[in-house]
Amino acid sequence: MTNDHFHIRLPDGGAFTCRPGESVLAAMQRYENAPIRYGCFGGGCGVCRMRVVSGTYHQLKRMSRAHVTVDCEREGIVLMCCITPLSDLTLAFSAC
Amino acid sequence: MALNQSLRPGLIQLRVLDLDETLKFYKDILGMDEVCRTSDGRVCLKTYDEFDHHSVTLRLADEAGLDYVAFKVASNETLQEMVKATEQFGYTVTEVPADSDQPGYGKRYRFKICTGHTFELYSEVALAEKTPGTINPDIWNEPPRGMGVIRLDHFLLYGPNIEEAERYCTEVMHMYVPELCNKPDGKRMATWITGSNKPHDLAFVEYDKPGKIHHVGFLLQDWNHVGQVADLIAINRLKKDIGPTRHAITRGQTIYFWEPSGNRIEVYAGGYTAYPDNPQRVWDVDHLGRGLFYYEGEIIPSFLEIVT
Ligand code: FES
Ligand SMILES: [Fe+2]
Repeated sequence: MTNDHFHIRLPDGGAFTCRPGESVLAAMQRYENAPIRYGCFGGGCGVCRMRVVSGTYHQLKRMSRAHVTVDCEREGIVLMCCITPLSDLTLAFSAC
Repeated sequence: MALNQSLRPGLIQLRVLDLDETLKFYKDILGMDEVCRTSDGRVCLKTYDEFDHHSVTLRLADEAGLDYVAFKVASNETLQEMVKATEQFGYTVTEVPADSDQPGYGKRYRFKICTGHTFELYSEVALAEKTPGTINPDIWNEPPRGMGVIRLDHFLLYGPNIEEAERYCTEVMHMYVPELCNKPDGKRMATWITGSNKPHDLAFVEYDKPGKIHHVGFLLQDWNHVGQVADLIAINRLKKDIGPTRHAITRGQTIYFWEPSGNRIEVYAGGYTAYPDNPQRVWDVDHLGRGLFYYEGEIIPSFLEIVT
């Protein structure tokens, strides 16, 4: 199945689209009400940390363990610059 | 001034998340040369214009950031004095044997300072195999690659109790503080410290979490090269943070961006010539935006808040 974009839903009800293969953070950068700031785009600084509540994704880059521990990763905490969607995603802010 | 105490920050070991991709950046884009690999897989690099064995070591790790910084001091005598003074200052010093984990390096002395950063002091290191010329020398042997950085220049560290860190640098390492920024309550917010004529060899910003690094700075020749770096950032789809702009603090012309593992890099040209007898420049926090980003005139939040 090919898909020319996925829908990414935000906790405030907003949504934006992300192209296959593109990082969620790169897509979010085009969205005017982005809820997080942009940092290194390298998985190192941790400012783009959110939780994926539903949907599947592929990890593009390694995420710094200083910001996403193994346990947190199991709970769906990811760095938005390090993942690309494989389906529509729902995102949330939640501690881990 | 006689440069007879701390010469310069000569070595930095950084953690990277993706060694191959990040190394490619340091070599092909930043323009450093790979000097050697250690048996545990770390990679040593130097710029085209540095004489010493290497100045940057990259270590594959599961988080980005700083392992340690090492300062070269003028002689073994100075080194022994500083080690003694470091212990008297209250830091526990351990010895790292010559030619152990950093190829080409003599004995180093390692300790942790109050900000949570690991510092090292050393006085001896082998010359690199490929040094700049010294007999009727040309300006370079091979044309500099990519951004063509000239040397490891300085770094900005974030951690708690920078007033003590500043006191360590001045009292033990005999550095001085050309420029600083105080909070309204008179406490130190940031400090720029040097052991040479550079406006800074290192700087600190007060921060609650220990051991963080804000950026590593490399020297460029001039403003034209800052522009060329901006082109290379765009062409290579690197993530830029700030610039090209000018600091009023240090007067450097600058651009900040992130390497592929998320460590922030600054490339920097110009800056005033510092002298220890010149009056200190002092900034109030409410003028800090203009001090840091002279053209923008305001603080850029990503700059102050994002560290690794
Ligand atoms: S932007 Fe730095 S970790 Fe994603
Ligand atoms: Fe800097």
